[in-house]
Amino acid sequence: MKTILIKGGHLIDPPSRTDRPRDLLIRDNRIVELGDPGKLSAAAKKEGAEVIDASGLIVAPGLVDIHVHLREPGQGHKETIESGTKAAAMGGFTALCCMPNTSPVNDSPEVTRWMLSPERKAHIRVFPVAAATRGSMGDTITEYGSLKAAGAVGFSDDGKPVLQDAVMHQALIAAARAGVPMIQHAENTKITVGASMNAGARAFRLGLRGMSIEAESGIVERDIRLVRELTTGGKGPRPHLHVQHVSTAKAMEAIRQAKRAGLHVTCEVAPHHFMLTDEAVEGYNTHAKMNPPLRSEEDRAAMVTALLDGTADCIATDHAPHAVHEKEQEFEKAPNGITGIETSLSLSIKMLHHQHRMPLLRLMHLMSTAPAHIMGLRGRGTLAPEAFADVVLFDPKSTWTFDARKSPSKSRNTPFDGQTLPGVVKMTISEGRVVYKS
Amino acid sequence: MSAATKSAPKPAPKSASKKTATPAPAPKPTAAANGIHPGSLLSITQLSLDEVSSILALADKLANEPLSKHAELLDNRKIALLFYESSTRTRTSFELAAKSLGAMTTLVSDKSSSIEKGESLKDTGLTLRALGAECIILRHNASGSPYLLAQQTGLPVLNAGDGMHEHPSQALLDLRTILSRLGKKQAVDEKTLDGVTICITGDILHSRVARSNALLLPRLGAKVILCGPSQLLPPEAVQLSTGITLERDFDAALKQSQVVMMLRIQKERLAGLQIDLADYQRQFQLNDERYAAYAPNALVMHPGPMIRGLEITADIADGPQSAIEEQVSNGLAIRMALLARALTGGAA
Repeated sequence: MKTILIKGGHLIDPPSRTDRPRDLLIRDNRIVELGDPGKLSAAAKKEGAEVIDASGLIVAPGLVDIHVHLREPGQGHKETIESGTKAAAMGGFTALCCMPNTSPVNDSPEVTRWMLSPERKAHIRVFPVAAATRGSMGDTITEYGSLKAAGAVGFSDDGKPVLQDAVMHQALIAAARAGVPMIQHAENTKITVGASMNAGARAFRLGLRGMSIEAESGIVERDIRLVRELTTGGKGPRPHLHVQHVSTAKAMEAIRQAKRAGLHVTCEVAPHHFMLTDEAVEGYNTHAKMNPPLRSEEDRAAMVTALLDGTADCIATDHAPHAVHEKEQEFEKAPNGITGIETSLSLSIKMLHHQHRMPLLRLMHLMSTAPAHIMGLRGRGTLAPEAFADVVLFDPKSTWTFDARKSPSKSRNTPFDGQTLPGVVKMTISEGRVVYKS
Repeated sequence: MSAATKSAPKPAPKSASKKTATPAPAPKPTAAANGIHPGSLLSITQLSLDEVSSILALADKLANEPLSKHAELLDNRKIALLFYESSTRTRTSFELAAKSLGAMTTLVSDKSSSIEKGESLKDTGLTLRALGAECIILRHNASGSPYLLAQQTGLPVLNAGDGMHEHPSQALLDLRTILSRLGKKQAVDEKTLDGVTICITGDILHSRVARSNALLLPRLGAKVILCGPSQLLPPEAVQLSTGITLERDFDAALKQSQVVMMLRIQKERLAGLQIDLADYQRQFQLNDERYAAYAPNALVMHPGPMIRGLEITADIADGPQSAIEEQVSNGLAIRMALLARALTGGAA
């Protein structure tokens, strides 16, 4: 039995609304007790606990990223489960949900189990999201029950969204029966063929085909309509739609209305969508090429507003590693996506806490408690006794300079390389093990 | 000189330590931040009006002096023409311009080269550099590809047309044509084209020529009217720069214009758009009747290739007000100037 006492820190635990100096006692992989400063020292000493001095630091539940690409199986040159989880630990994360667009696609219990096997050497907990349809081809839904039994925590075809109404209808029902969310990358790919950035004046000037706002909002509106039909139909279990990386004010407004109507619709926002606009594409910077694309200032501001007013449920990175040579291509040929797990906390502190005065309690809710709740990760996203000992210790006041070459991630495709950012992760503890220490 | 061409700095070394007291500058995805050679011409927006004036002056000098005077200006310099798309006038024009200045040229096209085997643009550029190429002229079907090539090779890169983006040397040769036909001075400023309206008509959406011209001409005081059907001229085109208006009625546009530039419909780039050619012809073709009725003295231009009988009739293309052949000749002079600028800093 191993015991750790984290003392002297400022503890933030969103579920209990704790936001004050508290010490924390961990035994093995669980949280044992929280106590006023100094109160737990005697008990800890008795057990021979390792003492971690958290003076000046925030002690919070380990961060949870419900949208990452770990590239295994099949594209280990971009990232592996080992390298991705190591980078995530550096970013303060203790749990990741990885997308199924691997090779082969994670549409079978075998692939799900392969991802979860100890041979993958994950530094933190990985929770696979399985494909919603076979091969993510959008035609036939996968076996949700057996995939969930193998460890899948949700279903999504991610970059290949489910376009057929009937298939999405089935997927929502099957996911609801399995008690997990149906997760959608909202893009009408029929109208975004050849598009490589946000539609509008900048795309016109750069001579690039643009993705319209409606390509995103149209699918969100369609999915909400299906959720409404199933919810008001009232026969089966209540469906849960989770919309990935919302990027447009129009789609966000549709989600706001759906929530007001009492539908179980949740969504996430990626840091790049609240930090950057399509201005970053100037010079054909492939590190600003992502899907959904960086949008207008109005859309960026709407993402911030949604995070502030609670319409956006959580922050997720869409960590999408790519090899250098893959990004060093003509803009239209380069793959979509940027890495994100190293910088998510700092960018969120910078934009939401510093610029918009969001309390850290609320920020930790968006980055840990809420995402864990959305994906049904029990015992995560909280520092309550008996929860998993997933803890992050960070200094919100000091700054660091992000050097992508030093990241444990195998890729360095990020527009934030070289930036000095607030919020330094000092330690990440995953189920009682120290997995990162600066 | 614009920020984009001021210098070719190496990217700043990144801090090795995680924590640092000195904030590093935020990386900006600009040309300058990526080591682009100042002799490059990737977009017409890189050039200040002073630079445009010096290029025009140099083109004038080179065009008017005997070949013997400048035949050794780029003696034995190596210039590569890298063409991923077929081209007649631009390629030949650049090649003849280079040879007129004494340079050696080599043509690499996507057919019959390693490109066909899947070699990347970066590696093709590095190979050309290793073989001694000192300047690369690039025609490519992907917008922005000259930026990538310039960043990766550090060589001066001349954009000979990239996707639906720009064709800056065409805008310069068009400007030279307009100035000479309207009797204007070659030293341009913000007022040079005051009172001049230029109508660009046709497939604006896919036209790099239209973009480069629409980004250049208003800076000299010209009023630019973009004209075409909504499928080929989306409303956001008006935001290209100030001094641009959109007009769907070609007759109304013609009535106001002293210069009319016609464009080809780029069938190869339509990507699912359906255009009724007969209707297009009826509404947007420059023919004798329309010309006589609405703009009997307008200067007629076309960057080529022309589809006679579609966007323009033969009698107009070959008529006295047509400057189409002159545009081609001016191309040679402009490209000589651009090559001299790229390889000698313009000291001709």
